[in-house]
Amino acid sequence: MKGKDFVKKYTMVLALILVFILFTILTGGRLIMAQNISNLLLQNAYVLVMASGMLLCILTGGNVDLSVGSTLCLSAAIAAKLMQTNHSSATAVIVALLISAVIGLWQGWLVGYVHIPPFICTLAGMFLFRGIARTILDSKTISISKEGFLNLFTSYIQIKGVDHLGNCPSAMVIGIIIAIFISIFMIADRGKKAKQGYQVASMGSTIAKVIIFDILIIAYSYELMGYKGVPVMVIWILVVVLIFGFITEKTVFGRYFYAVGGNEKATKLSGIDPRMVYFWAYFLMSVLAGLSGLLVGARIGSVDGNMGNSYEMDAIASCFIGGASAYGGSGKIPGVMVGAILLGVINMGMSILGLPDQYQYIVKGAVLLAAVIFDVVTNHKTGKS
Amino acid sequence: MSDTILEMKNIVKEYPGVKALNNVTFKVERGEIHALVGENGAGKSTLMNVLSGVIPYGEYTGDIIYNGKECQFHSINESEETGIAVVHQELALIPELTIAENMFMGNERRNKFGVIDWDRTFKEAQDAMTRVGLKESSHVLIKDIGTGKQQLVEIAKALSKNCKLLVLDEPTSSLNEEDSKMLLDMLLDFKKQGITSILITHKLNEVAYCADQITILRDGQTIETIPNPNHTIDENRIIKGMVGRELTDRYPEREHNVGSEVVFECKDWSVFHPVYTEKCLDDHVSFKVHKGEVVGFSGLQGAGRTELAMSLFGKSYGSHITGHEYINGKEVHLKNESDAIKHGLAYATEDRKTNGLILDETIARNTTLARMEKIANRHGIVNVPEENKQAEIYVKEMHTKTPSIQQHVGNLSGGNQQKVLLAKWMFTEPDVLILDEPTRGIDVGAKYEIYQIINDMVSQGKAVVMISSELPELLGMCDRIYAMNEGRVVGEFEAKDATQEKIMSAILSSNNKNVSQAG
Repeated sequence: MKGKDFVKKYTMVLALILVFILFTILTGGRLIMAQNISNLLLQNAYVLVMASGMLLCILTGGNVDLSVGSTLCLSAAIAAKLMQTNHSSATAVIVALLISAVIGLWQGWLVGYVHIPPFICTLAGMFLFRGIARTILDSKTISISKEGFLNLFTSYIQIKGVDHLGNCPSAMVIGIIIAIFISIFMIADRGKKAKQGYQVASMGSTIAKVIIFDILIIAYSYELMGYKGVPVMVIWILVVVLIFGFITEKTVFGRYFYAVGGNEKATKLSGIDPRMVYFWAYFLMSVLAGLSGLLVGARIGSVDGNMGNSYEMDAIASCFIGGASAYGGSGKIPGVMVGAILLGVINMGMSILGLPDQYQYIVKGAVLLAAVIFDVVTNHKTGKS
Repeated sequence: MSDTILEMKNIVKEYPGVKALNNVTFKVERGEIHALVGENGAGKSTLMNVLSGVIPYGEYTGDIIYNGKECQFHSINESEETGIAVVHQELALIPELTIAENMFMGNERRNKFGVIDWDRTFKEAQDAMTRVGLKESSHVLIKDIGTGKQQLVEIAKALSKNCKLLVLDEPTSSLNEEDSKMLLDMLLDFKKQGITSILITHKLNEVAYCADQITILRDGQTIETIPNPNHTIDENRIIKGMVGRELTDRYPEREHNVGSEVVFECKDWSVFHPVYTEKCLDDHVSFKVHKGEVVGFSGLQGAGRTELAMSLFGKSYGSHITGHEYINGKEVHLKNESDAIKHGLAYATEDRKTNGLILDETIARNTTLARMEKIANRHGIVNVPEENKQAEIYVKEMHTKTPSIQQHVGNLSGGNQQKVLLAKWMFTEPDVLILDEPTRGIDVGAKYEIYQIINDMVSQGKAVVMISSELPELLGMCDRIYAMNEGRVVGEFEAKDATQEKIMSAILSSNNKNVSQAG
C-alpha cells in the first residue's frame, strides 16, 4: 500500500493518535493517568454501544434514529422505578430490556413495513418516550442503590488478596491471555486460508497487525492494572462491539444493510426484502439504547427526566466521524469506534484542562464537520453527480 | 459550395493516464446532419463537451472554428450564446416541474421587475413545443409524460435558445422504433429550416437513414469521415471503421440445440399497473421456453414486456397478477424475488444502474449478492476469500475488463457493468434467465461479447428469454421470437423464417385493429 492510500484509509486513526498525543502534552500527562484511561471507555460506554446500532441505521441510507436518547432514559427509568419498588435487579434488567425491545418492534415495524420516514418516526419517538419516562419518574430523580444491579454494570474484576486499588495484576493477566489468544487466532486464520488457496495478506502485514493489537491490549491492561482492574462495563461494551463488528463484517445478514443502502431496488430484485432490513436496524438500535440506559443509570447511580438528552447526537456524530457515508452503504464498526473514542478523548482532555462546556461543543462541531468534509472531498462521496 | 459551420482542429484532451482525445479533427458543413459514431469510450461525448464549453478552454488544446471565427468557450453559457445547443443523453429535466418551467430553466422569462412572467413562459413554451410536434399542454408535469416526449421537450428547449447547431447525444437510446423514427424525421425537417445537427448514436440504421456525413472516432482519434449523400450506406461499412476490423458476423455462431422439454411456461398471465390498478399492462399472455433455447420478445415501448418479466419474477412488479406459471413442468406460485431465485429463475434488469447493481460496491460483492448463501456457511457467515475466488472466475469467464475484483462497479464502462450484472445472475445458477435489453447502451465490441455469453448460457442447458428493442439483434440471436403489443402476444415466429418486416407488421397491424375497435 502506498503512503497516500495508507493515510487515506487510516485518516481517523492517525487523527486519534495526534489528538491523543496533543492532549497528553497539554494536560502534562494527566490524560494517560490510569484512572483517566480507565474512565475513558466507561464515560463513553453509551456512545460506543449506541453507535454500533446507529451504524446499521445509517448504512440503510443515511437514516438515523433520533429516539435513542429518550429510549435510554425510559429504560433506565423503568429499571430504577422497579428497583425502588423492591423488585429484584434481575427483574429490573429484564423488564427494561423487554420494553426497549417492544419499542424496537414498534419503530422497526413503522419504518420498515409502514414506510414512515425514519427521521419523522424517530423524532416522534424522541418526544413520546421522553414523556413516558418522565411520567414514570413523576418528574423526580430516582437513585439506584441495589447492590446486584450496580455490580452487574459498574464493578471491577478484582481477586481478593491479590488486587487492591492502584495495583491489580489480574488485569494484566487477563490482558496477556487475550493478547496471546488474538495473536494465535489471527496467524492461524491466515494460515488456514492460505492453505485453502485463497488470497491472503502478506505475512509481514499480518504480523504487524498482531503486534499493534498486542501492544494496545497490553498497554490498556497496564493502565487498568494501575487503577481498579478490569471494569465489568468494558466487557459489556466489548460484547456489543464485537457482536456488531462480526455481524457487519462477516455475515450475510450484515451484508444486507450495506446492500440496501447502496441500491435498494437492486437489492430487492436480488431476493432480499428491504423491509426486513430496515426492521432489524431499528429493532436492534432500540435494544442497544435500552442496554445503554442500564449502563448509564448504573454509572451515575440515579435517573432523572433529562438523562440521555442529545445522546443520540453523540452516537450519530461518532458514526460520521468514523467514516460512515451520509448516504448509506458504507461504514465499518472499527471506524465508528475510533470516531467515538476520538470524541471521548477530546471531551476528557478538555475537561481535564478545565475548559467549560461551551468549548467542548465548538470543538465537537468542528471535528464532525472537518471529518465529513474530508471524507466527501477525498472520496467524492457526494451522492450527487 | 462548401460552407463549413464548424471545424475542430487537432483537439487533444488528456485525463490522468488517458488521452481521451488525441488530435481529433472534425468538420461539419452548414445545414447537414452529421453523425458521430464510435464505440463507448471512443471520445464522442468528450469531444462534444469540448465543443460546448463543459470542458473549458485551456483544459484542452486545439482550435475550434465556428462560423468562421475562432472560439474559446469557458462555459456552457458562452457556447449557447453563439447558438450551439447540446441535448444530453441523460435527460436533465426535473420531474416535479411543468414542461414550461423546465424549458426556461436558468433562462426564465421575466417582466421588467425581474419577476417571472408566467403567461409569457407558458405561451412561449407552447410555441416551442409546436415546433417539435409535441402535443401536450405546457402545464403538464414532466413526470407525467413518457421518455419520448421528454426527449422532445429537451429539443424544444434547445430550439428556444435560438440554436444554429444542435448536438444530440444518443437521443433515441431510450425510445422505441416508432418514436425514434419520428425524432429522426424531425431532424430532417430541421435540416430544411437550415439547422445543422450533430447526431451521436449507437444505432447504425439511424445513421444510415438520416446522416449526410458520418465521422467515426476510435480510441480518441478521428478514423474517417464517410459521405452518405443517398442515405444508402452499408452498416457493416460503418462497423468496420468503428472496430477496425470487418465483423463478418455481428452475432456469434451457435449450435442450435433446442431441447424438447419445456423448462418455463406461463399461461393466461395478466398484470395490472401497481398504482393505476384499472390499467391492464399484460393481458392473458402465454408463452413457453425450451431447454437450451433463446426466446426473444420484441415490441414497442409500452408493449408490457418488462412488466411481464418482472411480474413473473416473484411478482416484483404490478398488481392483480393472475395466471399460471410453470417451471420444469410444475406449477409454481412465487411469492417474492427470493422465491423466484430459489426456483431457478433470474431476471437481469434493463436498467442496470438503477435496478441492477450497487455502484458503490465492489465487483466481488455485486457478483454474489443474489445468492449469498453459496459463499456462506450454514450460520450465515460469509467466506470472503471464497467470494473473491468466485468473482475472479466470472471476471475471467466473461472477459470483464477491470484492474481488480475490488473495483467499484460504478467505475466500469457500460459493457463491463453489464457483464457484472450477468455474472451476478449466472452466480445464482438459474435454469431460466430473463435478460431485459442486455445490450442497451453498450458498444458493438461489448455487444458481441454479451452475445457470446448468452450462447455459453444456452450451451450449458439454460434457457434464455431475451427482451430487446433491436430487431436485428433478436433475429441474430434467438431461436424463436414472440411479438408483443399493448400487453398482448400478437405473433410468434421461428427465427429462421422471421424478418424485421414480418415482426414489425405483426405489431403494427395489431395496433390498427385496436384503433378500428376503438373507433
